Amino acid sequence: MDPLVLIFLSSGLFLGWALGANDAANVFGTAVGTKMVSWRTAAIVCSIFVILGAVVSGSGTSQTLGKLGAISTLAGAFMTALSAAVAVYSMTKSGMPVSTSQAIVGAIIGWNLFSGKATDLNVLSKILMTWVLCPVLAAGIAVTLYQSFKFFSKRMTVHMIRADAYIRIALILAGAFGAYSLGANNIANVVGVFIPAQPFPSVMMGTYEITSTQQLFLLGGLAIAIGVFTYSRGVMMTIGDSLGRLSPIGAFITVMSHSIVLFVFASRGLEAWLAQQGLPTIPLVPVSSSQAVVGAIVGISILQGSDAIRWIVLGRIIAGWVATPFVAGIICFIGLFFLQNVFGLAVK
Amino acid sequence: MEMNLFRKTRSLEDKIDSFFDKFSEISVIYRLAVRVYLREGLNEEFQSRLEKVNSLESEADHLRRNIEKQLYSNMLIPDSRANVLELIERVDELMSQFEGSLWAFANESPDIPDEYRTGYKRLTNMVIRATDELALSGRAFFRNPDQVPAYNHKVMLYEKEADIITTKLKRAIFDSNLELAHKLHLREFIEQIDGIADLAEDVADRLSIYAIQRLV
Repeated sequence: MDPLVLIFLSSGLFLGWALGANDAANVFGTAVGTKMVSWRTAAIVCSIFVILGAVVSGSGTSQTLGKLGAISTLAGAFMTALSAAVAVYSMTKSGMPVSTSQAIVGAIIGWNLFSGKATDLNVLSKILMTWVLCPVLAAGIAVTLYQSFKFFSKRMTVHMIRADAYIRIALILAGAFGAYSLGANNIANVVGVFIPAQPFPSVMMGTYEITSTQQLFLLGGLAIAIGVFTYSRGVMMTIGDSLGRLSPIGAFITVMSHSIVLFVFASRGLEAWLAQQGLPTIPLVPVSSSQAVVGAIVGISILQGSDAIRWIVLGRIIAGWVATPFVAGIICFIGLFFLQNVFGLAVK
Repeated sequence: MEMNLFRKTRSLEDKIDSFFDKFSEISVIYRLAVRVYLREGLNEEFQSRLEKVNSLESEADHLRRNIEKQLYSNMLIPDSRANVLELIERVDELMSQFEGSLWAFANESPDIPDEYRTGYKRLTNMVIRATDELALSGRAFFRNPDQVPAYNHKVMLYEKEADIITTKLKRAIFDSNLELAHKLHLREFIEQIDGIADLAEDVADRLSIYAIQRLV
């Protein structure tokens, strides 16, 4: 394999590492922060399921990103992923809530603009719609789960200590589902832009063929897992406080709502089933895991009649929606200009 | 891991249940011991009841330490742990108060004139009703926090009744021609018995808040 391929892939892998370091906390943060689940268990479960989700179900969202902009050169894909990573890094540094999904979409549009390719407005409007829908849907699911839990818990007399054991197991299962959904939904952000360039030859394992795309997903999944193991501990420990005071049940409902939303926006099976029933299908789009979590927490807060909804936080999220794609797009445009005109690389 | 988790859980549940069993037993035996004292004074039966309360209180102490240790070492119920520990400690305090009251009878053998014995008996019955309801409330807190307010309401009710009996009994004693020292001695015992209901009410008050926190 050409070592240059790995250099070009490094920007995507860096993005994967950042995703693992930050977004794993959305899946297991509250469970670890409240000491319901140990960090070691969380990291192992999260890594295994994030890789599984990426390899098994990652293709749906990747295809949507491919439709938005089919970046056919490795150098172009490198700069697209790098500008998304730089946008995420710099905006995180300045305290802005940021999503890798929004950064990568902005970067792809930056590539489209630079290479003079038209952006499919139909696909773009679908993606924009899901960004708004993601936290709203998470809030709706959280409200439904919370109400159902209240209904059933009033009718069941489980000892508090036994309930604690059930919640621990539920948090691990919900976390595994969350990690799977995160891998399935967000792997497109990490390696999606490299798929059209097909950097790896297919490998035959007996009669089974491992395609270039699957190898990319596996590599991206591993990058996310490394991010989980090397950097997520501190983020997980502090996430409980930053998200406000959540009970273990609240944590479980939040993680489940987040996971369901990410899964819904990544599942090809669900898409096929809905189409079979003649129902409108849900677009397979990478969405922000952080915004799904915030949506779920806002849903629970509204239900509890809490006046503690942090409108400032919501305002910052909306500002993040607008700013992230723009910042990533501008960085990508400028970066591509340099790659093409200073380094003489083909980027389109 | 799961089997291990459920085994630990089962063992802790049993310990908490057993702790409240001891509390209920102590209150029943306390009532019987006071009745024996009022009927026959210090005798063998009273002594054996006192010994039983003594040993139950020690067992409850041992259970409390075990529960506390297990809750902390296994990091269980992080959001309710402080409340559970406080509840267990306060109920343990109540058991010590039962024991202390019986020791006072044994050590000081108060001379209770016949005309006041019914009052002492009624006061003891009312106090025991309050603590019995508290035991039910404490158990409900772990399994069905919705029911806690109903039990606590009864604790308050019986505690108020105990206060009424206490006031009447004290007035009757102080209106009598007994020696002042004798009156004060009798009052001391009334306050000791009534103090158990007062403490039960305090625990019930806290339990109400803990239950609301659990429901939220």
